[in-house]
Amino acid sequence: MHVTSPVREPLIQGGKTYADVTEDICRHVEGKPTKEWKIAFGISLVVLAYGTCCLAWTWWEGLGVWGLNKTVGWAWDITNFVWWVGIGHAGTLISAILLLFRQKWRTSINRAAEAMTIFAVICAASFILMHMGRPWMAYWALPLPNAFGSLWVNFNSPLVWDVFAISTYFSVSLVFWYIGLIPDLATIRDRATSKVSRFMYGTFALGWDGSAKTWSRYEYISLILAGLSTPLVLSVHTIVSMDFATSVIPGWHTTIFPPYFVAGAIFSGFAMVQNLMLITRVVYKLEDYITLEHIETMNKVITLTGSVVGVAYITEFFIAWYSGVEYESYAFINRATGPYWWAYWAMMTCNVISPQLFWSRKLRRSITFTFFISVIVNIGMWFERFVIIVTSLHRDYIPSSWAMFSPTRYDIGDYIFSFGLFFTLFLLFSKYLPVVNMAEVKAVIRSTSAQLPKKIAGVAKVRQREAAAPLFNKDIE
Amino acid sequence: MAELSGKYLVGVYDDDDTVLHAVPTLRKAGVKIQEVYSPFPIHGMDDALGHPRTRIGIAAFIFGVTGCCVALTLMIWTMGIDWPMIVGGKDSISLPNYIPITFELTVLFTAFGMVTTFFISNGLTPGAHNHERFDVRATDNKFVMAINLGRNSMSEDEISRALRDSGAEEVNIKQF
Repeated sequence: MHVTSPVREPLIQGGKTYADVTEDICRHVEGKPTKEWKIAFGISLVVLAYGTCCLAWTWWEGLGVWGLNKTVGWAWDITNFVWWVGIGHAGTLISAILLLFRQKWRTSINRAAEAMTIFAVICAASFILMHMGRPWMAYWALPLPNAFGSLWVNFNSPLVWDVFAISTYFSVSLVFWYIGLIPDLATIRDRATSKVSRFMYGTFALGWDGSAKTWSRYEYISLILAGLSTPLVLSVHTIVSMDFATSVIPGWHTTIFPPYFVAGAIFSGFAMVQNLMLITRVVYKLEDYITLEHIETMNKVITLTGSVVGVAYITEFFIAWYSGVEYESYAFINRATGPYWWAYWAMMTCNVISPQLFWSRKLRRSITFTFFISVIVNIGMWFERFVIIVTSLHRDYIPSSWAMFSPTRYDIGDYIFSFGLFFTLFLLFSKYLPVVNMAEVKAVIRSTSAQLPKKIAGVAKVRQREAAAPLFNKDIE
Repeated sequence: MAELSGKYLVGVYDDDDTVLHAVPTLRKAGVKIQEVYSPFPIHGMDDALGHPRTRIGIAAFIFGVTGCCVALTLMIWTMGIDWPMIVGGKDSISLPNYIPITFELTVLFTAFGMVTTFFISNGLTPGAHNHERFDVRATDNKFVMAINLGRNSMSEDEISRALRDSGAEEVNIKQF
């Protein structure tokens, strides 16, 4: 039996009972969509429609509609891809790594964070398809028997590793998310009044009944999935960074890339989780579930990963000079003082300086400030990828090949497409599925809620009984 | 929830601690408990009920080894045997380059294999036994204990009394 010290703030406030949790979380799933939701959904659909038109034209006409040139052959497409994949790291981090570390505060936010992960990875994948130019040939990246003299894909290439990493990450995250959803879908099924929702939730709940045998297997596989997802989430951004690091472009060819990318991914992912949760908690009145403690804890993670990213930037700069390679040194001096200096300094300000403001307890407990910084961090992380990609490419080895990149309306439109897609999916999720994991919150409420005094008395009684006759080992946590 | 038939006594508890401590008490008194249903996992419940430890980890390991072998076979065969290719001056079979995909496929096979095993071993299929449950509140806020009268030698009254004594707030009869 786990007892939290009464000194610590309870994770779930408002003295919730088990029934209250069900009621609070199911309310928005069962009710009619609110006006705010309809407006937000309408805007997302309009944005998505505009983006889809731009995307359709990109595919119809070809990648020439983008602002790419002979020197800068990768720009917004890969920037956006890395940005979205980075954002997509927070959910699995929260659900897997924090599960292994027994961080119980994750229970209030893991469902929404995982959903965000899945949608962000979908957006990232859409940029992979986009930058192929001919998406109908995407299957060429897979090792399929073919008619080209059975020439296979090159398994030495990080781009092929990426195909495997992203698709494995997406499907395993989806499975992890769905496994966590099943008990909650069963709760909604059992409360459903209309035939349609009973059928729909009942189908996806797979006949879940909550028996002790099922729960013990459920916990076991959750633990193994967490154990698998932890190295998986680290491997994905490592492999993404290898897309760059294994090439011989100055500014890309560095061994610091994997840890640096992973820290940046967690940094931007947590910022996006903050953004979404701060809105969700107000719209769905979840202030008792996503408390200031949660927000503060996430801000601490943002500060930590932001500092790691800052150290990485400085290390990179130092090593560029220390290596004595003039191309490498030039690439970095050009980043900071060349024509793209503004992108570099935007990145430095947003990512290195702004999270340091969270050392102030007052600021990291301020909701408005947290929201503001989270947006800033995501802007900064977008610039980081832009700096790495465009700034490293735009000054080629021969000065006659030097070029600048300027986005066209299709570069921008395709980026807008991903926002439309992301918010449409997230809004659908937040209306039709429980945004907080009810079963897991109920499991932590016992030891952490305001009902604590009664429970401690109960536990003490149990302890005495156990001392007399230890019947079984139940002290798992 | 497999092979449900017969007459059941259903004890409904409103607290996880109560039900967890009711189980050993009842078992000591000679009641054979079929299963306990709860809205969230109660740690120690499967031990208390005497359920054997799940072997799903063994299945997961076998799936993982399969994934690892599939990945290595695929890459060594395509790159080294079927169409040998030298890329970047490396051997056509260069194991270090195969590590990332080997890892990814190991994880993929383990996750999907294990989850499929989980679904099959618990009989979880779309729309399965949505109707034959002891108490629908078991997914909300109640902890439900099912006792098959046919498999117990004690009388209905005795078990019912034992359930009440152990803290059950309701005792219902369910016939399938």
